[in-house]
Amino acid sequence: MLGLEKKDFQLLLVVAGLTLLAPFILNPFPESSGMAQFNAGYPDLMQRFVIFGIFAIGFNILFGLTGYLSFGHAAFLGIGSYGAIWMMKLISLNVIPAIFMAIIVAGIFALAVGFITLRRSGIYFSILTLAFAQMSYALAYSVLTPITGGETGLQIKSSDSPLFSNLEEGEIGRANLFGMDMRASFELNIGDWLFTFNAGYYIAAIAMLASFYLAIRIFRSPFGMMLRAIKSNQTRMSYTGLNPRPHTLAAFVISGMYAGLAGGLMVAMDTQVGPERMFWTASGEVVLMTILGGVGTLIGPVLGAGAIKYMENILSKINKDVLHEWFAFLPDGLEDLLVTIIYPFIGKGWHLTLGILFMLVVIYLPGGLVEGGQRIARALRGKKANDEDGPKASTEPAE
Amino acid sequence: MEAIILQILNGLDKGSAYALIALGLTLIFGTLGVVNFAHGALFMIGAFCAVTLSRILTLSHTIIDETKTDFLGNPAKVEVPYVHDIFGVATGDAIIDWAVPLSILFAVPVMMAVGYIMERGLIKHFYTRPHADQILVTFGLAIVLQEVIKYFYGANPIPTPAPQAFTGSFDFGAALGFDPNLIIYPYWRIIYFVFAAVIIGAVFAFLQYTTFGMVVRAGMADRETVGLLGINIDRRFTIMFGLAAAVAGLAGVMYTPINSPNYHMGMDFLVLSFVVVVVGGMGSLPGAVLAGFMLGILESFASMREVLAILPGLNQIIIYLVAILILLTRPRGLMGRKGVMED
Repeated sequence: MLGLEKKDFQLLLVVAGLTLLAPFILNPFPESSGMAQFNAGYPDLMQRFVIFGIFAIGFNILFGLTGYLSFGHAAFLGIGSYGAIWMMKLISLNVIPAIFMAIIVAGIFALAVGFITLRRSGIYFSILTLAFAQMSYALAYSVLTPITGGETGLQIKSSDSPLFSNLEEGEIGRANLFGMDMRASFELNIGDWLFTFNAGYYIAAIAMLASFYLAIRIFRSPFGMMLRAIKSNQTRMSYTGLNPRPHTLAAFVISGMYAGLAGGLMVAMDTQVGPERMFWTASGEVVLMTILGGVGTLIGPVLGAGAIKYMENILSKINKDVLHEWFAFLPDGLEDLLVTIIYPFIGKGWHLTLGILFMLVVIYLPGGLVEGGQRIARALRGKKANDEDGPKASTEPAE
Repeated sequence: MEAIILQILNGLDKGSAYALIALGLTLIFGTLGVVNFAHGALFMIGAFCAVTLSRILTLSHTIIDETKTDFLGNPAKVEVPYVHDIFGVATGDAIIDWAVPLSILFAVPVMMAVGYIMERGLIKHFYTRPHADQILVTFGLAIVLQEVIKYFYGANPIPTPAPQAFTGSFDFGAALGFDPNLIIYPYWRIIYFVFAAVIIGAVFAFLQYTTFGMVVRAGMADRETVGLLGINIDRRFTIMFGLAAAVAGLAGVMYTPINSPNYHMGMDFLVLSFVVVVVGGMGSLPGAVLAGFMLGILESFASMREVLAILPGLNQIIIYLVAILILLTRPRGLMGRKGVMED
């Protein structure tokens, strides 16, 4: 189906099902229960899940397939965002042209950056991309203020009147898709549950499914094969008469365009941009997402993005009082002890949990959550299935 | 002329910090072949060693001073630091005043221990893994260390002043025969530069003139052969890791009066220090030092008003720009050796 193998098609179907039903799946707890704070089914967070999913999928095409670790990927996301917001300010409030603008701008920038940075590999490549991203950040922050709005960033203001729009005087434009407001939501009350279906989320979700499909096609294509060859042994690849450069550059540009798409979608959702979106910690975040989920796997980056954004939004909300509430059934001394132990890892300290989790994954589970899942599945299937697999052939190049 | 001298001086202190961190990074990279993204965190921990020591020194207990009264007429409560009890008031005050320089003594063993634990506990297991994995795990470690410090010390910068004796500025202009007050430079920055020069000199001398250093250099050149000669090179490299951590920590300790330490100062310096290392050439110690000072001075030149009038924003990007130019024209950096990180 759709040019995919059966297994991939099933994966795509599962992902599609999960994304489209996300408002249900992410809201498992009734509103009035104490667990309601773990619900992630509100539009803002769901949008972030899919948008950062796209970002991470794109990053994975570069890092997972070619092994080039870019530490400056957020620059493309930021530049895509700036492209999109200018499109909205000047031409049209429709999100489609804005998103396409974001992809194109990010793609062109990625082409320029990739052309220069891909001359080097390994740590040098990481540093070069980092340098470019930091330069973009510094410029957006200072010199380019007329274009980027500097520290305050850009928003759609009442003074903006895009070419193709019929705004009244003083009306602040809103991002829309052929008249449908991005913020429009349909709320469904079933018993004690409240499910929100947000227009913006579904647009982002469709974009994610499209990019996920494209990523599967890239992974399974001869081009993807070529990229894997670059990762495993570039020298050997050039000995067979293939030039790795154009392939790596193509992967870099595709990955940059994915980041641009994510940036464009971000603007489509909340119509604002700031330079902090390009800061190197943002680039670090996408690295964390991809590794945490499982680098080089199809579904891993999406899982990683979801896990990190969930932690960022939910874990950071838990405070001391909530903890005390949970452990209220314990004797007082024990309760205080438990709260004291757990407290540093939640709330404002959620980065600590993230850091520890990330280190554990890198140390024990280089394949990320996906490998963890596979191991559990294998353990559940029991030893017998394990024996049938037989000794695995090593894919490492013999040096 | 005055402006040029002033900018060179201004560049020296930042350049010293870059050079010290880059030196430590290169020591680790050159000996163990590990790309340590947690090195900035070591710099930060060093700075917080100074904060910790000054907090320990100012630990105090309350006594009731009968000779004074508060505004209600009751005997006043006075906070008395324990050092006053131990060393007397005058010496005690001097010790508190000199907390930052004293922290050097405190930071060296602490940082050595931190470095040792890091190497034995974590980095050891990553020698055979790809560089990307090393970058990732140390990046994770940096986040963890940073968050631990944030938990204990809060997110705000903590001012840690230099000793009273060094708070003023030195009038370089008068000393060099220009008009007075043209080139003034804080004493502490001079001390920082001198300190950095001494540390750098000491590290080089240690590597060049001691047997231990000779073995380490031999190990850097050909680890396998040194191992075959019956020398336990791993243990020496572990010590070098501790030494590199101590260098980064000392850079942090002495930097506290210049910039109040906060928990993310390490990350801010780390990015630039990596650029410095790469510009200097991976694995080259003189390259790292040279590039550190060069980029520090270039940065301060780029922030001159005259330069900014022509090329606005240059001070923000100069380091990255230079890094890109150098990497594209001299792929191994300024003094990089052949065969390092070229897989």
